[in-house]
Amino acid sequence: MVQLRTQEGFAGRGDDFYEHLVEAHRGLSEAESAALNARLVLLLANHIGDMDVLSQALHAARRHDGP
Amino acid sequence: MSQHTPKRFSYRKPAELTGKGSGAHRVVIVGAGPVGLAAAIDLALQGIPCAVLDDNDVVSQGSRAICWAKRTLEIFDRLGVAQAMLAKGVTWKVGRVYHRDRELYHFDLLPEGGHKMPAFINLQQYYVEEYLAERAGEFPELIDLRWKNQVTGLVSTSAGVDLQVRTPDGDYRLHCDWLIAADGARSSVRRLLGHAFEGVTFEEKFLIADVRLSADYPTDRRFWFQPLFDPGQSVLIHRQPDNVFRIDFQLGWDADPAREREPARVMERVQRVVGPGVQCEMEWCSVYTFRCARMQRFIDGRVIFAGDAAHVVSPFGARGGNGGIQDIDNLCWKLAGVIRGEAPAVLLDSYERERVFAADENILNSRRTTAFMSPKGAAEQQFRDAVLELAVECPFARALINSGRLSRPCDYAGLTGVAQDGSGVVGTMHAGQPCLDAPVRAADGTPGWLLEHLGTAPVALVFAAADAGAGLEQRAADCGIPGLRVIPIQSSQAQPRVLQDVQGLVASRYGGAAGVTYLIRPDQHILGRWPIWDPRQLGAAWRAYNGGN
Repeated sequence: MVQLRTQEGFAGRGDDFYEHLVEAHRGLSEAESAALNARLVLLLANHIGDMDVLSQALHAARRHDGP
Repeated sequence: MSQHTPKRFSYRKPAELTGKGSGAHRVVIVGAGPVGLAAAIDLALQGIPCAVLDDNDVVSQGSRAICWAKRTLEIFDRLGVAQAMLAKGVTWKVGRVYHRDRELYHFDLLPEGGHKMPAFINLQQYYVEEYLAERAGEFPELIDLRWKNQVTGLVSTSAGVDLQVRTPDGDYRLHCDWLIAADGARSSVRRLLGHAFEGVTFEEKFLIADVRLSADYPTDRRFWFQPLFDPGQSVLIHRQPDNVFRIDFQLGWDADPAREREPARVMERVQRVVGPGVQCEMEWCSVYTFRCARMQRFIDGRVIFAGDAAHVVSPFGARGGNGGIQDIDNLCWKLAGVIRGEAPAVLLDSYERERVFAADENILNSRRTTAFMSPKGAAEQQFRDAVLELAVECPFARALINSGRLSRPCDYAGLTGVAQDGSGVVGTMHAGQPCLDAPVRAADGTPGWLLEHLGTAPVALVFAAADAGAGLEQRAADCGIPGLRVIPIQSSQAQPRVLQDVQGLVASRYGGAAGVTYLIRPDQHILGRWPIWDPRQLGAAWRAYNGGN
């Protein structure tokens, strides 16, 4: 099974990515931001494609939500 | 409030007012802060005289800049002041980042050995200025320090700059061929010339306090996002010499500065950071907002701007003071070459090109830190919180946490004039970078460091050739580069005039196979590198960088 990669994967360009991400949300309402995030997750999930990796990612993200 | 007793300097009636001075100077430097004083020393090392004018007669109040990065320390070492700074400063390399009461991770800034200078030291700006002024005093023939000399008027022409100066004994006029404006963020030279200083002002307010603590508090840099002990957004604590600690409190945009700087309120806040049992005394405190701005151009005819006069950044990342010293490192050898008539004035354009690039890099990093520390809107807040929450388990998220991207040496690769690095030489270096240090032994057996052998003049560093030490003067002359020194380096036993690579670290860091040659600028940046000794290529690269042919 392919493991979810949690090591830095931005090749040193994490700050560039983060700025792009935040910029993409500039000027949007909360509902519009949530919708943008939903589309973004779907696009990236399709790009990854690997069901095992996606399950691990979902699990890791969910773990941080309180009951 | 207990204060560090600031060092005062003695005002002397300037020669122009006693009828002795000609009023004509090669170089005038306005501002005797770290940047202006470093410029005076660097020019003196090049044999160029200057007068330094400062409207005050005392080192800076409050500690202001405190973090001095490895590259800056290497420059200070070249200027002959690093040992005093290292002896007094607090050496640190570990930083810890917390969210609420949990440590998310810590980082080590210099995991690799074999460098003379540490990753960072913390030292109050007033000590840095004191040591620089002391060093400047060792060049009485070359450096004319003029305290309480305020520039009140200025006319710049193609032949130089005419200044009107006010002193306690009256006004006088000065003329200089070149003027370096190192008079800080509120530069009077910039104002007198009517230059814009455009950028972004951030609304977020910060309380900065320097406190003296009784207990032995840790040396690590510690940064809290949303600390439980303080109502603000973040807190940063950092150790300086004399048991003084710098604490930055992020108050938010709507804080009331007058109320936040009330001493009792500040002390209550400080006490909650350090814990109830620790005795603390206030040294200095201030509430501030900051801005990122720079001048459009750093050179206006014969006036050259450096340091905060040319560009300002937010304090997170320690990119203000360090950036200013690196400006001077870049500038002074070029200005000296132009004054001596060895280089065309167009060489100074490379100062502007490279240091504007560096200022933009510093502003970019500092702006991103500010954005991460003060998220605007719900989406940005959610991403920020998500990064913090994932950071303990997922290393990638740590890379996105931004509590300050600490000052790194600027890499000029790819800028106009810097040689293309298609050399085929291996190793981690390339043209445009500052040289990495490594331990070496001089030909006479003295142990030392590579960087001690580089700088002030251009150097050709040549790896391992059989007759390495022979005919060095002729080889230097073949390149046609004024002042060039050829330094051969080998790993094998000591030979006359050959530097010894005692641990092989120079060879491994520089890809030093036999014949590999580096051409190194007087500011210790690599100008070009080649797999074989070829004096024509060295000379051509030097002339291309100088902008002449």
